[in-house]
Amino acid sequence: MEHLINIFVRSIFIDNMIFAYFLGMCSYLAVSKTVKTSMGLGIAVIFVLGVTVPVNYLIDNYLLQKGALSWLGPEFANVDLSFLSFIMFIAVIAAIVQLVEMVVEKFSSSLYNSLGIFLPLIAVNCAIMGGALFMQERAYETVAEATVFGVGSGIGWWLAIILIAAIREKIRYSNVPAPMRGLGITFIITGLMAIAFMSFMGISL
Amino acid sequence: MKDTKIKEPLFSAKNRKLLTAPLNKDNPITVQVLGICSALAVTAKLEPAIVMAVSVTVVVAFSNLVVSLLRNTIPPRIRIIVQLVVIAALVIVVDQILKAYVYNVSKQLSVFVGLIITNCIVMGRLEAFAMSHKPWESFLDGIGNGLGYGLILVVVAVFRELFGSGTLFGYHIIPQSFYDAGYANNGFFILPPMALILVGLIIWFQRSKNADLVDKS
Repeated sequence: MEHLINIFVRSIFIDNMIFAYFLGMCSYLAVSKTVKTSMGLGIAVIFVLGVTVPVNYLIDNYLLQKGALSWLGPEFANVDLSFLSFIMFIAVIAAIVQLVEMVVEKFSSSLYNSLGIFLPLIAVNCAIMGGALFMQERAYETVAEATVFGVGSGIGWWLAIILIAAIREKIRYSNVPAPMRGLGITFIITGLMAIAFMSFMGISL
Repeated sequence: MKDTKIKEPLFSAKNRKLLTAPLNKDNPITVQVLGICSALAVTAKLEPAIVMAVSVTVVVAFSNLVVSLLRNTIPPRIRIIVQLVVIAALVIVVDQILKAYVYNVSKQLSVFVGLIITNCIVMGRLEAFAMSHKPWESFLDGIGNGLGYGLILVVVAVFRELFGSGTLFGYHIIPQSFYDAGYANNGFFILPPMALILVGLIIWFQRSKNADLVDKS
C-alpha cells in the first residue's frame, strides 16, 4: 500500500508530466486561456490516462513482451512482438478517446462545445502516449501500480493546466512587453513554475 | 488540365519558400506552437538533440509524402486513424534503425522516439498541408518543418550543453584556465525548467525582430 502511495505522489509532483517531461505541452499551451475549459480538458486527461495506462499494461504484458504469449502454449514462449508496441498503444488510445468523446457529447453538451476541437486531440496528446511508454519503460509489476501511475500522472497534468490557466487569466491585466505577449510569457511562467515544482524532488514516502 | 499546365521545376521559387519559411517566419515551434513536448526534453545535450531532429525530419517528410499520395482515397471520417497508422509505422522503422546503429543515443532519448507519433508537428502538417497538396510539395514542406524544428532544438541544446556542462558533443570547449580562474558550470542549464525559459527567450528575440508575429490581444 505504501508503495502505491509512493508511486501516486511521485507521478503527481516529482515526475510531473508537464514540469519534468514537457508532455502534452501543445494542448497545455492552446487550451489554458480560461480556467473553465482547462478544468474540462484536465478531467478528460485524468480519465483517459487512468483507463489507457492499465489497458496498455495488460496488452504489453500478455501480448507483446518477449515470452508474454506463453499462456497460449509452450510453442509461443519465444515470440517477441515488442516492436509492435507503438502501434498497439496508439490504436488503444485512439479507440478509448473516441469512446470518451461519445460519452461527453451525450451527457454534457456544454462541456462538449467548450472543449470543441481539443477532445479528439487528446488522442495525439503526448501525455497520454507518454504515460503508456513510461509505464512500459519503468516496468511496473502489477496492474494496480500501472493504474495508480496513470491516474497520478493525469492529476499532475490537470494540476499544471489549472495553475497556468489561473495565472494567465490574471496576467491579461499586466503590461507585458509586446513581443513576449501570449506564448513567450507563458513559456517563462511555466519555467518558473517548474523550478517551484523541483522543490518536491527527493521526497519519498 | 495536366497537359495545359507548364511543368514546374522541382525547386521553383514557390517550392524553395516551402523549405525556408518554416526556418523563421513560420517556425513550427515558436510560431505554429507544434511539437514542443519532445523539443524541450531532449535538449540537455547536443548529440541526442541532433539525432532527434533528424528522426523527426525523416518522419514528417515521409509521412507527408505517403499521406499526400493517399489523400484522395482516405475517407474523411477515419483519416486520423489512417494518419496515425502511417506515422506509427514510420516511427517503428526509425526506432529500430536508431537501436541498431546508435544504441546509446537511443537509450538517452528513451520514450521520446515513440513520442514522435504524437508529436503535434507530424499531425499538424498532415492535416494542414499534406491532405490538400501534391506529394512533392508535401515532401518539401515536411523537410522544411523538420529543419525548422531542428534549428530550435540545436540552438537550445548548444546553450544548455555549453553553459551546463562546458562541452559540445561531449568535447570540452571552455578551457581549463577558466575553471582555474573560478568559472563554474551552471548546473541549472541541465535542469528541465531552463529549456522552457530558453525557448521563451528565443520567442522574445524572434518576435522583437518580426513585428507581425506579435500577439494582437
